[in-house]
Amino acid sequence: MTLDTLTGWARRLQAREISSRELTELYLGRIERLDSGINSFVTVTRDEALAAADAADQRLAKGERAPLLGLPVAQKDIFCTRGVRTSCGSRMLDSFVAPYDASVVERMNAAGAVMLGKTNMDEFAMGSSNETSHYGPVRNPWDPERVPGGSSGGSAAAVAARLAPAATGTDTGGSIRQPAAFCGVTGLKPTYGRVSRYGMIAFASSLDQGGPMAASAEDCALMLNAMAGFDPRDSTSLQRPDEDFTAGLDRDLKGLRIGLPREYFGDGLHPEVRRAVQDALAVLRERGAEPVEISLPNSGLSVPAYYVVAPAECSSNLARYDGVRYGHRCSDPRDLMDLYTRSRAEGFGAEVKRRIMIGTYVLSAGYYDAYYLKAQKVRRLIAEDFRRAFGEVDVIAGPTSPELPFRLGEKSADPVSMYLSDIYTIAANLAGLPGLSMPAGTVGSLPVGLQLIGNYFDEARLLNVAHQFQQETGWHQRMPAAFA
Amino acid sequence: MSLTSEEVRRIAQLARLAVDDREAEGFAAALSDIFDFVEALDGADIEGVAPMAHPLDAEQRLRPDQVTEPDQRDLFQGIAPAVEGGVYLVPRVIE
Repeated sequence: MTLDTLTGWARRLQAREISSRELTELYLGRIERLDSGINSFVTVTRDEALAAADAADQRLAKGERAPLLGLPVAQKDIFCTRGVRTSCGSRMLDSFVAPYDASVVERMNAAGAVMLGKTNMDEFAMGSSNETSHYGPVRNPWDPERVPGGSSGGSAAAVAARLAPAATGTDTGGSIRQPAAFCGVTGLKPTYGRVSRYGMIAFASSLDQGGPMAASAEDCALMLNAMAGFDPRDSTSLQRPDEDFTAGLDRDLKGLRIGLPREYFGDGLHPEVRRAVQDALAVLRERGAEPVEISLPNSGLSVPAYYVVAPAECSSNLARYDGVRYGHRCSDPRDLMDLYTRSRAEGFGAEVKRRIMIGTYVLSAGYYDAYYLKAQKVRRLIAEDFRRAFGEVDVIAGPTSPELPFRLGEKSADPVSMYLSDIYTIAANLAGLPGLSMPAGTVGSLPVGLQLIGNYFDEARLLNVAHQFQQETGWHQRMPAAFA
Repeated sequence: MSLTSEEVRRIAQLARLAVDDREAEGFAAALSDIFDFVEALDGADIEGVAPMAHPLDAEQRLRPDQVTEPDQRDLFQGIAPAVEGGVYLVPRVIE
């Protein structure tokens, strides 16, 4: 059977051309056959998936309609799933079976989605290569010697290899967009607060945001409809009326002002990536968009500010892993302190420990003003840059990543060079703005991503621009040959 | 900035992370690199800028003071490493 998109499968399910069970078995079979080469799943929930598919088929037979009814999807293993292990890519939670569902999972299940399993990720979402996972690295389906990006590398690789038609991701500094770019899929980080954080294991609470990853913008819109919405259980959830993100996809781009920040096209951008991004921008121009050169003068401060704010919040959030209530506990603790320090030392990997220690240091007595307070002020400068820019333009566009997917191990010994992989994505998190990455071209066989950043609450516009681009181009339809 | 292994051990103690001497050396080098990188913030002109804690500068939403959660102690303790009689077990803290 030829593989369709999430939206295409939805139509075929509703037309009763295929049952949810057949569709679910098709993807479970692909995972079984093909995932060993890329390690994109941590857990496959075959029995639960087939039961959910049968339930969906009964609802379909009754003529019921729900946005994701009968559609198989994968959940990033950061979202709590009741009765199913939720590891967050960490030894700390290797045996953690969540006692409740995350709001995103609950909403998607209510919308009729069939969960295929939980995808691999950087430990506690801290990484840009998926190499920090306790379950081993994910490999890029376009070249298994290269990384898929991170932290949502398992979700991106699974969608790219068509082991799932769509998956969830989370993005704290680029963790949806950068792996989407590296794997050649479409991924959206919504406005901060759009998608509930309840049951999404916390890394940096003022930056974390869940979002969809799929082959196309149209598919992401369908997913976002099910994922987004006010949730009283998340104290920072946006109180806004529900929106249909598929409604505006067909708008034309005439007169759309696209801001091109000169800082995103400067030194450090791989020349072939630049060329692919410029070719993609030419397509948008042909469809009526008007490029405008803009400046985001504080861009260069975004990664340094992030590596104060995010670790500070991480050190606080990860204090809950104490070996007492859930998660890993060391054997034979001498005393309470030994229980804490050894359980945490055994449960966390090196990158997580580095970030906990940076955060602990910058929040410690005497250093708060010099680091955390200063970073929060810089954060406002970065948000102000965007506020000014959106006075002149409708969306901002540029490369998602300065480079092509790098080789496994290439940056493992140098944390700072790994951090710079997110140089174009982090600012949107600091400002809380929505950002999207879509396949925009290739260098050799490797995908290049184009990033679109929108004003607050403007996800529909980003999806519209991406959809229009995808009407004109076929980059989002490419599939790695080994997974055809 | 150059952190010593001694300083790393102090930070690790605050963070409740056990580190041995060899690990402390490795962390000292890596954390020093990261702090050097973060020093770029010193060049920012932040005079009079208000710190930003939340992307939308939203205020804390309040809710009525009503009980909404059922008692799920057994469910939550079912995933704990060590419980007995409804309490979590830890090493003796009072001699």
